[in-house]
Order: sequence, then structure tokens, then C-alpha cells
Amino acid sequence: MAKIEVEKERCKGCGYCVMNCPKHILRIGSVTNSSGYAIAEQVEAEKCTACKLCAVICPDMAISVYR
Amino acid sequence: MSEIQFMKGNEAIAEAAVRAGCRFFAGYPITPQNEIPEYLSSRLFEVGGTFIQGESEVASINMVYGASSTGTRCMTSSSGCGIVLKTEGFGYLTGANLPCVVIDMSRGGPGLGSILPAQQDYFYATKAISNGGARAFVLAPGNMQEAVDMTYEAFDIADKYRCVVLLLCDGVIGNMMGGVTLPRMRELSELPDKSDWVITKRNGDGSMRMITSCYVPIKLVEDQNIHMAEMYEAWKKTESRYEAYRMEDAEVVFAAYGTSAGIAREVIKALRADGIKAGLLRPQTLFPFPEAPYRALDPEKVKQVICLEMSIPGQMVEDIRAYVDDRIPVSHWGRSGGILMKPEEALAAVRTMLI
Amino acid sequence: MEKVFGLPSGCTAKTHSYCPGCMHGVAMNILMHTIEKFQLLDKIVIVNPVGCGGLGLYEATANYISAAHGRASAVATGIKRCSPESFVMTYQGDGDLAGIGIAETIHTAARGENITVIFANNTTYGMTGGQMAPTTMVGQNSTTTPGGRRVDRQGYPLKMAEMIAQLEAPAYVERVALYDSAHVLKATKAFEKAFEVNLKGGYAFIEMLTNCPTNWKMSPEQTVRQIREQNEKIFPLGVFKDKEI
Repeated sequence: MAKIEVEKERCKGCGYCVMNCPKHILRIGSVTNSSGYAIAEQVEAEKCTACKLCAVICPDMAISVYR
Repeated sequence: MSEIQFMKGNEAIAEAAVRAGCRFFAGYPITPQNEIPEYLSSRLFEVGGTFIQGESEVASINMVYGASSTGTRCMTSSSGCGIVLKTEGFGYLTGANLPCVVIDMSRGGPGLGSILPAQQDYFYATKAISNGGARAFVLAPGNMQEAVDMTYEAFDIADKYRCVVLLLCDGVIGNMMGGVTLPRMRELSELPDKSDWVITKRNGDGSMRMITSCYVPIKLVEDQNIHMAEMYEAWKKTESRYEAYRMEDAEVVFAAYGTSAGIAREVIKALRADGIKAGLLRPQTLFPFPEAPYRALDPEKVKQVICLEMSIPGQMVEDIRAYVDDRIPVSHWGRSGGILMKPEEALAAVRTMLI
Repeated sequence: MEKVFGLPSGCTAKTHSYCPGCMHGVAMNILMHTIEKFQLLDKIVIVNPVGCGGLGLYEATANYISAAHGRASAVATGIKRCSPESFVMTYQGDGDLAGIGIAETIHTAARGENITVIFANNTTYGMTGGQMAPTTMVGQNSTTTPGGRRVDRQGYPLKMAEMIAQLEAPAYVERVALYDSAHVLKATKAFEKAFEVNLKGGYAFIEMLTNCPTNWKMSPEQTVRQIREQNEKIFPLGVFKDKEI
């Protein structure tokens, strides 16, 4: 069991997490935050391994990882 | 315990700084103040302090800025074309409310000028030591002993107001040898407590501290400017100093500071021997300037004011004119470029100026 | 479930003002986690430069002092000499560290001051709008090298890690990149090494190849390709100095 949480108001939708997810289960979705950024979201959460590769490169420190 | 020692002016100033609690010095070589860093390069380490010969004047004043942020009493020294390079740091120190002491052992200028004594830095020191309206508290010692005493006191003023205090000396004071009474060595435990603002501590509630001159939102920048303005007004009200010499019946009033004031005294003695009632108002602080005694000059009694400066064009004379305010004629005589005023030469010049 | 990675304790709830995809943010992520790991929040003093580099610190809770443009190393010197118990570091961009402040940078390294210097090399002046930096590469466009940097007009970029490594005193010098997670993990190790060196009394210098999506006029993804395919060729990654202390 693992998952990530993207803090909606911190995310600026740069996509680094999407590019670096080895399981390809992140995407920039259609949800926007109050600054107008389309934010990252996790799909197929059951495939998440809590590898943290999305979180370590997040420029906005928006991602928390749980295991 | 005070003691009398035979020393060179620059060394006496350096020792006074150590005794005042200065524990950090950074500076760059320039004549005529080199004995200050040379002396401190060993002396500071003896008392547990630090000396750094910076790679430039700019680096040196920024090291002082860092040192000051730790609460350490700190100093730099330079001269003329070296002092102006520290302009950047003076602004950051002022904007961030950090104290430090600066010795300007001024020399001929502008530019490289000459290495010999002059009083060419008056405008720079008293009007604008940096951008943004930053000003220094400027002390003007008249002789070596006063330079020692003012250096010692400068650290207290800097800490009291958290400002830059500049001693505007000239090369004569720095390079003469003489007997001086050195002040008592202070224990660091006697110095003001700065633990509520130094950058090396957290706030009592664990929150962060910052030291900056860049405040957000910009209203805070204006607040800092207002703080400066109020401080400068407070200085004008309470901190200006001067010495009056033979002013009781003076009809010819000399205005001079530093070494020039010593020349003025000789001229006054000679004039009085001829029956001319002459006196001297010597500013000991140049900012805040002692306006009151000049404003109070009575046109019914005082025929003229003569400003003696080792500066051409005259600089302090512009302030004298402003405060005397056309009620009494004001004139200027001086030498510059590092040429010292000789008393007999000054006397001859003054005689031609008498009205 | 247990949280295994999150916002480090030295950050506030507010995010910084960097542009989307700006690698200053990635560097802040590494830095704040490293500070947390070494439990240095109560004794660190970060010297904050002029330029975009300092913007991240506004939303962190580490003590910081603003330095004049380029003077961070001099300010850090003054602090560390007077407060040896403090952990002192600078965070600077290329205009600051390699342009206006190169004298302070080199001499502080030559003295071997006990500080850590973190250097973000994005080959441009970001805050002022994309002018030529001392690290701008030959051929690279900037607002003051329209058509690209020309050798006959502007010469060549400075390679700071190589220059610092030539000096005797520095204990650790490395250049890292931040364009993918593997490189970020390497960079994190470099930060940790630099912090260890600092705690042992040495000078450490970490150069990071970073980006500027706004002034490079690229998407974050395009900047990743630019660094990997171009910048890294001019500024090779690696450890340039690792001296016993």
C-alpha cells in the first residue's frame, strides 16, 4: 500500500513528477487551483510504490508520500 | 585604568577600538591609514577577535556587515577613494539597522588624489554615505587624543542607534606621534546585550529571524526610511557637539574642524595679539551638525565668519553659510590636494580677508 | 499509512514565488530536507543573495541575512568568523556569484572559510529578465546577446566549479544537475557531503545546473532537454575536488 498526495495550492503544474514517475501513474489533470494552475494528480494509485521520485524533484514541495 | 602612551595616531585609534570592545576588523590597504590594519592584524587575535585583510574595500565592508549581524563590535578603516568603495556596504548596514564604526583617514581627492592629508571627504561623509538617503553619525576629532576618545565612544553610539558611525579624520591625526591617554579595556560582558536581534539566534518562540534592507511589502521600506528620518532628527536635537574657543567677545569667528581647527587657533592667537577679537566654533560632530551656535551668532557683534578647511572647493563652508543665513558675511580659505595649511600662510590669507 | 516524504519542517505553508518548473524550487526542496536531516534549523544562517536565488528563503523559516549583490561569501565570512558555532552557507545565482561577486567568491574559497556555497547556474540573469550571465554559453540567446553569445564580442562562459577546484583550500567541489529524479538524488548526496564538510570545518562548493523556463522561453520539459543535451556538455557534472579534512 502506498500513495501520494499533491497539495493543490502548492502545485504549479510543471509536470516534473509526471516525467519522473517510473510507473507512469501521474498526469496533469483538469483540476485547477486558485492560482489557475492545472495540477498534478495520481491515477491508478494501486501501482504506486512510494519510491518518492516524484516528490524529490517537485520544485514546489507539493507532494507527500505515504507507505 | 587609563594610561599614557607614546604612539602614532593610527595605532592609538586601533588600540582604542580594541579597548572599546571591537573584535572584528576587515579592511584593505590604503595610505594614510595602514597602521590601523597593521596594528589590528596581531592585536585582535590577542584578545580573541578576528582580523581579515579583505580582497577589496567592498569585500571588507561586507564582511563587517556579516560580523555586525552577529552582534560583534566591528570596524573598518580607509581613506578617500577607498572609503567611497564601501558606499554599497554603508547602505546595507543602514537599511538593516546594523552598527559599525568606520575610520576615514582622509586624503587628497577626488579620484586617486594624493596620499597626503586633506579634508576633501566632508560632503561624502556628512550628506550621503550611500544610496537611499543613508547617513552616518560623523565625529570629527580635532587632535590625536580626541580621536582616541571618539573612537572609544563611537562603538557606544553605533550600538545605541544601530547605525554607521564614521570618524572623519585627516592624515595628520593618523600619522602624528604623540602621548595619548588610552581608555580602560572593556570586558565584553559590559557591552550592550544584542541577543534580541542577532542573526545567529532564533526568537524566543523558536521563530526565524532575518536581517535585510529589502522589506516586503514596500510600506515596510518606507517605515525604515521614517525610522531613519526620526533618528537623524533625534541626533540633531541631542547629539550635536562643538567647542567654543575665545568666543566670549569674538568679532571674527572661525569655523574649522579637525586639524584645520588647530591652525585656526594659531591664527586667532596672532590676531588677538594685534587687537583683533577672534574666536573659533569647532564642530566635533559634523552630522548632526552643531547648527545652534552658528544660528545664534549676533550680527551686531560678529562682523564676519571665516571657514578654514583643507579642502578646495570649500565644503563645510556651505553648511556654515546655510546656518549663518546671510546675516553675517561668510568666507572660505583653505589648501587642498594634501598641502597642509601653515599657520603663517593662513594668517597672511586671513588678514587680506578681514573686513 | 506512514508519511515517508513531505514538506520539511523548515518550510511554511506558503509556497515560494518561483515560476512553474524553476529548478531553484528543486534546489530549495533538497536544501530544506538536508537542513532537516542534519537538524540545523536552529543554528543555520543562510546568506541570501540578490537575484531570484533568494526568493525561496522568504517562505522558509531558516534565519537569513540579505547580502548586497555578489557579496554573499564576504558576508558569510564575517558571520562565521564571529560566530563559529553557527552553520553558515550562501545560496547564489550565476550573476551574483560569478559576475559581480567573483572576487568575493574566489577569495573566500582561497581562504578556505568554513562555509558552504550553493551555486545555481542557469546561464542567465533571471530576475532582471534574461540578460547575458557570466555563464551564458556561446551561441546562447539573451536579451543582451541578441542572436547568441559571440566569442568575438563576449568571449566564453566561466566554469566556476573548475576554477574553485584549482584552489588549495576548498575541501569539496562538485557540479550536479537537477533535471531528473536520479540527478536530484545525486545532488542530495552532494548537499549532504557539503554539509558534512562544513561540520568538519571545511569549505564546500556545489554548482547546480539549473534552468530558467521564463527567460529561456521554454516549457519546463524543454529546459530539461536543453540542460541534458547542451548545458551539460559545456559544464560537465562530477566531483572536482574531494580533499581529506
